[in-house]
Amino acid sequence: MFAAAVTSGLVLGGMYALIAMGLTLQYGVARIMNLAHGELMIAAAFAAFWLFTSAAVNPLVGLLLVVPAAFAISWAIYRLLLIPLVARAPNRDALEVDSILATFGMLFVIQGVMLVMFGGAYYSYSFLAFPVTIAGATVAANRLLALAFAAVIGVALYLYLTRTRLGTAVRAVAVDPQSAPLVAIDVRATAALAFAFGGALVAAGGVLVSMFLTFNANIGVVFTMKALIVVIMGGVGNLLGCLVAGLILGLAETFVATFVDPGLTLATTYAIFLIILLVRPQGLFGTASR
Amino acid sequence: MKPAFLLAAATVAVAVLATVPLYANGYQLSLAITLMNYTVLATAWTLFSGPTRYVSLATVAFFGIGAYTAAVLAERMAWPWILLIALAVGLAVALIVGLSTLRLSGVYFVIFTFGLAELIRQIVTWYEVNVTRTLGRYIFVGIDPADIYWQLLGLAVLVFAAGIVIRRSRLGLALRVIGDDETVARHVGINTTIAKVALFALSAAFMTLCGAVMAPRWTYIDPAIAFSPVVSFQVLIMALLGGVHRLYGPLFGVVPLVLLFEFLLARFPNHFSILVGLAFMLIVYAIPQGIVGFVERMVRRKGEAA
Repeated sequence: MFAAAVTSGLVLGGMYALIAMGLTLQYGVARIMNLAHGELMIAAAFAAFWLFTSAAVNPLVGLLLVVPAAFAISWAIYRLLLIPLVARAPNRDALEVDSILATFGMLFVIQGVMLVMFGGAYYSYSFLAFPVTIAGATVAANRLLALAFAAVIGVALYLYLTRTRLGTAVRAVAVDPQSAPLVAIDVRATAALAFAFGGALVAAGGVLVSMFLTFNANIGVVFTMKALIVVIMGGVGNLLGCLVAGLILGLAETFVATFVDPGLTLATTYAIFLIILLVRPQGLFGTASR
Repeated sequence: MKPAFLLAAATVAVAVLATVPLYANGYQLSLAITLMNYTVLATAWTLFSGPTRYVSLATVAFFGIGAYTAAVLAERMAWPWILLIALAVGLAVALIVGLSTLRLSGVYFVIFTFGLAELIRQIVTWYEVNVTRTLGRYIFVGIDPADIYWQLLGLAVLVFAAGIVIRRSRLGLALRVIGDDETVARHVGINTTIAKVALFALSAAFMTLCGAVMAPRWTYIDPAIAFSPVVSFQVLIMALLGGVHRLYGPLFGVVPLVLLFEFLLARFPNHFSILVGLAFMLIVYAIPQGIVGFVERMVRRKGEAA
C-alpha cells in the first residue's frame, strides 16, 4: 500500500509539476496571472477524449495534434486579448489585477463552452489500463507512461530554456523586462512565446491526465488552483522549484487520500499552502524580492 | 449638495424601499430580494476591494458560511442567535485568511481566495458525509420573503453607513494610501496589515450575514448550492461594472446586471455562463473604471471643454 501510494503520488505530482511549469512561464515571463489555465487543460483532456473515442486516435498521437493547437491558441489569446491589457497597464501590479480579471472572465467562457458541448458529467476512457508491477507496487501502465512523458517534456523545456538563445531571452525577460530590450530582445514577442509555451505545456498535461483520471467540465478550477499553489511553493519562475513542489503536493495528497480520507485532499493542499505562506512566502527556491 | 439634504434623501429612499413588500406580488418581491442581496454583497465587496485594490474572489465562501450556519442551526435556536453565530464563524474565517495572506503582496491573497470557496465546500461535504451522515439540509423557519427583504434592506443600510463612517476615519485614509502605493503607506507609519485585515473582516462579516439572511429562501440547501462559484463571479462583475472607487458605484452595476441575468437565465439557461463571461470581459476591456468612473470622466472632460 505504501509503495502504491508513493508511485501514484509521483505520477500525480509529475502532472502538477508539468501544469505548474506552464503557469510559471506565463506568470514569471509574461506577467499574466492566468486563472483560465486549468480550463485549457480540461479542454485538451476533452480533445484527447474526443479524438480517442470518435476517431480512435491514440492519445500519444493526439498529443501531437493538441499541443501545437494549444500553442497557437495561447499565442493568439496573448496577441489579441492580453496585449491591450499590457499596453494600458501603468505598472506590473495593475497588469496583474487586469489579467486576473480578464482570465477570470475567460474561465467562465471556456467552461461554459465545454458545459454546452459535454454537459456536467464525468468522462474517462480506457487506454493502456493494464497493471504493471514495479518495485513491489502495482501501477496502471497509462500512469507510468504519463509520468515518463511528463519527465521528457520537463527535461526538454529545461534544456530549451538553459541551452538555447531563445530560451535565454525568455529567462532574461523573466529577470528584468526593463533591461531586456537593451540587449535587443523583443519583450512582447518573447512574452507571447512564453505564454504560448505555457499553454502548450498545460495542454500536454491535460492529454496525459485524461489517460488515467476522470474529468468533467467544471474541474479545471481545481487544477488552476493547485498549479498556482505549486508555482508559489516553488518560487515564481523557477522550473526546478515547480518540479519539487509539484511532487511534494502530489505525494502529500496521495498519502492523505490513502491513509486518512480521500475527501480531505484539497484541505491538505491548502494546509501546505498556508504553511508556505506563513514560513516561506517567497517559495522553497525563490529569493526574497517582493 | 449639503449633507443634511443627502441624509434626508437617503432616509426617504430607504422608507420608500421598505414599503415594497406591501404592494409587490410574489415575482416582484423575489426580484427585489435578489437586487437587495446583490446590493449588499457588491457593496460589501467594494468596501474592502475598492480602496485597497485587492481582488477578492471569495465572496461566496462567506456567503455560503452564513447560509450553511443558518441551515444547520435553523430549528435549534432563535433567529438573532443564529445570525450572531454565523457572524462569529464568518469573522473567524476572515481573520485566518486575512492574517495569513494580507501581510504579503496582493497576488497571494487573490490566489488564496480563488480556491477558498471550493476548500470550504469540500470540508463541509466531508464533515456532512462522515460525521452527520446527511448531505443536504431542509430549512424550515417561520420567515417569509417580506422578512428577508426587510432584513436585507437593514443590512444594506448598515453597509452604506459603515462605508461612510470608514471613509471619513483614519482607517479610510490609510486604506486609500495603501491602494495608491503600499510602500508609501508603510513608510508614513501605517500598519498596513492591521488596516487591511480589519476591513477585510468587516466586509466578510456583511457577506456572511447576507448569506444567513438569505438561507430561508431555499427550503433545501447543500454545499454545492451554498458555495456556488457563480455568486462570487456575479458580485465581482456587478461591482466592476458600477465602479469600485465610490461606495455607491456597485449600485449602478447591480441593477442592470441582475435584470440582465434574470433575462439570460430565462432565455438562454444553457449558455448562461458563456454570456456572463463575455459580458464580464467586455466590462474589463471597455469600461475598466465602471459606469460611475466613465460618467465622471465625461463630466470632467465637458467641464474642461467649456
